[in-house]
Amino acid sequence: MGKLFAVVLVVIALASAVPIVMHTWAPPVDISTHGHAIDEQLNDTMVEAGLSFLAAQILLAFFVFKSAGRTSSDEIRTFPGGARVMVIAALVLVGTEILALGVLGQKAWANVYFKPAAPDALQVQAQAGQFAFYFRYAGADGKFGTIHPDKIDEGNSNFFGLDPANDVDSRDDIVTGELAIPTNREVHLMMHAKDVGHSFYVRELRIQQDFVPGLDLSVHFTATKPGKYEIVCTQLCGLGHYNMKAYLNVLSPEDFDQWLKQKASEQ
Amino acid sequence: MSDASAPAVHHGPPTTFLRKHVFSLDHKVIGKQYYALALVAVFMGMVLSWLMRIHLVWPNSPIPGLQFLSKVGAPGGVMTPEYYLSLLTMHGTLMVFFVLTNAPFAAFGNYFLPIQIGAEDMAFPRFNMMSFWTTFVAFCLLVLAFFVPDGPPISGWTAYAPLSAVGSDAGPGLGMGQTLWGLSIFVFCIASLLGSLNFIATTLDLRTKGMTLSRMPMCTWAWFITSCIALLAFAVLLPATLLLILDRVAGTSFFIPAGLVISDKLEPHQGGSPLLWQHLFWFFGHPEVYIAILPAMGIVSHILINSLRRPLLSAKVLIYCMMTIGFLSYMVWGHHMFVSGMNPFSSLVFSFPTLLITIPATIMTLIWLGSIYGSRLRITAASLFALGFISMFVSGGVSGFFLAQPSIDIYLHATYFVVGHFHMVMGVAAIFGVFAGTYFWFPKMTGHMMSESLGKLHFWLTFIGTYCIFMPFHYLGLAGNVRRYSAFTDDFLVPLVPVHKFITYAALFTGAAQLIFLYNLIHSRFWGAPAPANPWECTSLEWTMPSPPPWDNFGGKHPVVYHDPYQYGVKSSTGDYIMQDSPEEAKVSA
Amino acid sequence: MQTKQIFTGLVLSLVCPALTFGGTVSGKVTYTGTPAKQKTIDMSKEPSCQKQYTTPPTTETVVTGPGNVLENVVVYVSAGAPDEKSAPTQAVTFTQKGCRYLPHVLVMETGQELKVLNDDQTSHNIHPLAKINREWNKSQPPGSPPIVDKFDKEEFISVKCNIHPWMHGYFAVLKTSHYSVTGDSGTFSLPNLPPGKYTITAWQEDYGPMTQDVTITGNETKNVDFTFKAKPY
Repeated sequence: MGKLFAVVLVVIALASAVPIVMHTWAPPVDISTHGHAIDEQLNDTMVEAGLSFLAAQILLAFFVFKSAGRTSSDEIRTFPGGARVMVIAALVLVGTEILALGVLGQKAWANVYFKPAAPDALQVQAQAGQFAFYFRYAGADGKFGTIHPDKIDEGNSNFFGLDPANDVDSRDDIVTGELAIPTNREVHLMMHAKDVGHSFYVRELRIQQDFVPGLDLSVHFTATKPGKYEIVCTQLCGLGHYNMKAYLNVLSPEDFDQWLKQKASEQ
Repeated sequence: MSDASAPAVHHGPPTTFLRKHVFSLDHKVIGKQYYALALVAVFMGMVLSWLMRIHLVWPNSPIPGLQFLSKVGAPGGVMTPEYYLSLLTMHGTLMVFFVLTNAPFAAFGNYFLPIQIGAEDMAFPRFNMMSFWTTFVAFCLLVLAFFVPDGPPISGWTAYAPLSAVGSDAGPGLGMGQTLWGLSIFVFCIASLLGSLNFIATTLDLRTKGMTLSRMPMCTWAWFITSCIALLAFAVLLPATLLLILDRVAGTSFFIPAGLVISDKLEPHQGGSPLLWQHLFWFFGHPEVYIAILPAMGIVSHILINSLRRPLLSAKVLIYCMMTIGFLSYMVWGHHMFVSGMNPFSSLVFSFPTLLITIPATIMTLIWLGSIYGSRLRITAASLFALGFISMFVSGGVSGFFLAQPSIDIYLHATYFVVGHFHMVMGVAAIFGVFAGTYFWFPKMTGHMMSESLGKLHFWLTFIGTYCIFMPFHYLGLAGNVRRYSAFTDDFLVPLVPVHKFITYAALFTGAAQLIFLYNLIHSRFWGAPAPANPWECTSLEWTMPSPPPWDNFGGKHPVVYHDPYQYGVKSSTGDYIMQDSPEEAKVSA
Repeated sequence: MQTKQIFTGLVLSLVCPALTFGGTVSGKVTYTGTPAKQKTIDMSKEPSCQKQYTTPPTTETVVTGPGNVLENVVVYVSAGAPDEKSAPTQAVTFTQKGCRYLPHVLVMETGQELKVLNDDQTSHNIHPLAKINREWNKSQPPGSPPIVDKFDKEEFISVKCNIHPWMHGYFAVLKTSHYSVTGDSGTFSLPNLPPGKYTITAWQEDYGPMTQDVTITGNETKNVDFTFKAKPY
């Protein structure tokens, strides 16, 4: 039965590797300017992790195959080099692997998080609240009105709690349920949580960032391909979490201007 | 820390029914009580997972009978989104706390640690009894959450604030059920701390003559290291849950900032930090996953050595690796929070020890593998599960490579990739350790042998089944399938439902296979073939006593230990092994 | 003698039913000033609902009609009416369709059965934000049975769906059976009022209540109009 274990294990290991090698289920096409570094990191890690996985499972299978059923008449053999070889192999192989991945990988992270947003980035505010995302553009005056939590009235579409009666800056704010952005222009998304924790995740943008109540967080990114992409919440926020989404609408600059004008007229 | 044993806090033989079977001071009875509790919890957790998997694939179909479990949660048998999240929360809480912390650690550890070091019981038998019954109270508090009007909590086993802290305003499932959850975990922490204190004191002070630390079996080392980790980890979770309960019932704002508007209501809290909960929770939560896996590593090592009929390449290195893992486990908690909004520089700092912990884990795996080479491997149900553990640990550990890097975590965080990772490396691997331990120690604990053929059948179905369930989780994660969703309704996720169907069928099938184990357990307990004292020809002290052992273990005598537990592959009067308490010297190894 | 009186009474009650059933208060609800613009509802997060509309719907906080009339105003007898003996047996229905509530304002009596139906392909959760009655919050997946509940105390209850934040409605739970909700003509009618002094209240969800007193002496129709002052925001 030890030999059966070995055979089954090899079959399982190879079968597990097939969908990876065939890219049957893979991340969708990257539409961001920073994403290729992440994808490269992912691919490098997949190769190293994949090889480690296969090597370990096949080695386990092979050793079990060879040693199962050996009796007291068979000589016990020690792995050449003993434990010392194992320790050195682990230190060297894994050590270099993680150093490489860790050191190289920090650049992909730094691109997203250590660079400040460009001063001329398109400023958009995103608010996450049970169970929808709403977005706000500053309007012609370029200023966002103040958020008054006590004035939030969702039934009346006042999602941000604006006070246009008294707050002049908020009168031209454009509030929408979808995030439209122009291609090839950096967007600075300021993130505000209305009630509990949420998260902003767009797979194609290779962006994921939590909304934390009480914290002023933001992300910035540039999209390169027009299209409609899902923004989904990935931080468990209550019963409607599965249905908490909005659409990212990446438009050409001309189409974006038109869209913004249309939305302004609907306010 | 000499090897002379101090007298344990003596207790006489149990006379009354209550003392024998209920409020027993005997570590063996307490170990079995923990095992029974874990068995109940794991079947509950498994049924919950079936309900979840069925709902994911057929979200709008009624599940017949579910309305009797909860009229509000499943009207007409159709599960509401919040009830799915309730089942998810209870599944995670039951499995992590009441199964994975209980079975490999509290159950087997309580039963075998005193025996393996030659003691007559734990250092503090009364504390030991209290720690089980406190765990039982915690279990009852948790199960009570199923029956409160607002239902069980829905915030996940991680209970992130402010969702878990603000109460019913944030929706159904966040009322009394969430408070009961907090109380249950609070009480569980107390029980765990009592248990850990006992394990540490016993290991350090009650070892019999000749039982130096380096002669302790691998599993005893694992239990000892685990209890050191647990002492600090649960000591942090205890006040954290207290603060959460206070936020819920006393109007404090430890985790709730100002200005929150929930269901059209402006919450009165101010000044709190949601990230504080995450730091406190994960400071416990990461060591907790090592608390779950280290005992299994110890049990598997112990069984493996016995099945290979030869010592490991180096037991000492393995022990140092376990200690290193235990130490590093406290440095990595922030890897659960890469995109949480904490300082992104912290994320890079946390990723380094996270990657580093791969090294001792790899050394351990290589030592196991290298020890199999050239051995005389005996295949039994126990050794199959031990080998299966190695395979699962590798599979689950390898996905950790991805998640340890913040840049990749941007894409994979909160997807099914994470769910696949922790289920394989912690859930399945630790359960395999528990199965291995059960098949190995059942004869000693009950005096009956389990059916080996049923055990092997159970192994095959479970080994193949769990791979079929959890390997596809990684593919789903790579495709961008978000986790903790009660249904997949949008255009992006709907095409992935066929994969979920496959997983659901695999889960139901594998779940059914566990009934073979349950049957084997119960049938063998009463009608299994009588077990000899040492059916596996194992060297450690538990095999020197009758099956099952008497109430005072060594009959009032203190055994004397002459060897480490790795005397295999030698020519001796007993065969190819020498018992730890045998003064016989190993002749030239065979 | 007695028989003749009874006979006369019976004939009269058959011939002149209006005599025994009382007076009527009717009128119109209008507004002055400029009401706030009703905003377009963005349903993009729920495509299954969004596609049910050719033009996107608007919020219904202030619904106006031709002639400066206000719709969805609940006009009812708030004082002076005799106590109702029991709640009507017929249930009232609140339907979720196209990710909106139909009707936007639902009136029911205390103790009257409320049935909530989900006609959409998506789950909704009904959250009546009651302050006097018991607040509850229940999910209703598509395919699940109607939710049945009732309220015991008089209250105007704001109702929301947490899953779809734009969904908003009201339950007007009244003690009296004498109520009317204005439609697109802005008119209301409260018939069958026995002689007495009454307070009539008109309630608009954004502007609140307005009251007027009226006395019914016989079976006349009294005209009571309400004019709300619109708020620009």
